[in-house]
Amino acid sequence: MEHGILLLNFIAKPLSLFFEQILEPLRAAHPGWAGFLSDSNHYIQVVYMWFYMIIMVLMAMLTVRGIKMIPGRLQNVLEVVISGLKNLLIDTMGEHGMQFFPLIATLFLFILIANLGGIIPGLYSPTASMCTNAGMAIVVFFFTHIVGVRIHGMKYFKHFVGPLWWMAPIMIPIEIIGHLARPLSLTMRLFGNIAGEDLVLVVILVLVPFLVPLPMLGLMIFTSVLQAFVFSLLTMMYISGAMEEAH
Amino acid sequence: MKKSYRMMGFTAILVLMGSSMLLAAEAPASPEAIRFFSWAAVAAGIGIAIAAFGTGLAQGNGVRGACEGISRNPEASGKIITALILGLAMIESLAIYTLVIELILLYANPFLKYVVGA
Repeated sequence: MEHGILLLNFIAKPLSLFFEQILEPLRAAHPGWAGFLSDSNHYIQVVYMWFYMIIMVLMAMLTVRGIKMIPGRLQNVLEVVISGLKNLLIDTMGEHGMQFFPLIATLFLFILIANLGGIIPGLYSPTASMCTNAGMAIVVFFFTHIVGVRIHGMKYFKHFVGPLWWMAPIMIPIEIIGHLARPLSLTMRLFGNIAGEDLVLVVILVLVPFLVPLPMLGLMIFTSVLQAFVFSLLTMMYISGAMEEAH
Repeated sequence: MKKSYRMMGFTAILVLMGSSMLLAAEAPASPEAIRFFSWAAVAAGIGIAIAAFGTGLAQGNGVRGACEGISRNPEASGKIITALILGLAMIESLAIYTLVIELILLYANPFLKYVVGA
């Protein structure tokens, strides 16, 4: 139980025993399925990522099904969040940035719900492991370059050369390293903030478990929301930087 | 009366959750291992101290610029605060990189197998 007492530990063991009985004849044929639920301590970030994804999909389905002109509570909250995101997107990327709204909104909402869920005892935030963050950062990295190539064609790579053509041998390695540092910094920033606040909470709970964790929990909520905001804002700035090259 | 019981129960749950999160480090047997771990702890401490020092200076500069901007033009405070929060998060991430290296040094040290195995 190296990540603490998680709800997964109470669910996975009985479920894995249940599946072992059913999958007995199949497991002989597919030995790779042996640790499907019993080894789930090794891939809890995947399990909890799916958990938060299912929560998001359920929230969306519940809102859209009963959509009204005078909104109920859930619809009101989601409208505030989505309209705030849309205003931020239009401020940062301009009107033609709305085509990227699904990606930005998904990233923001998933990181927000994943970060906040980790504060609840019994749950774990998948953003506290580097795997999830690296996945999202690599998606953003490839997205920016593909958008740049799609809008500008092959001349998009001319901006690696820099303003003066004879500085190319110096500018090209610097630009490449700078571009490769972007997904690394996105990953590390999110991982460091969320895993760091987990560890600080553990240390405070060991030292003074009564009343002192409360301001720490407030700080955790603040940094969770802030990191979701920063990740999506940086994604918007990278995409808008790829869109507006060398005009 | 009920509210304080609820709060104490919540804190007790948090203590239970958190107390089992301590990673059990392997007990070093040899004096070389103890020396190695103590030097790793010193390195981590000095690294984080320098990173926190630089972050404090940089974020203080950022907040000063934001306060001056708001005092000159209170109507633009929304945009200034947005830019301030973004800048603070970017500067903070430099200290977070140092924290990640420190966590690697303390909990996932790549030279561990040379020291403990000996």
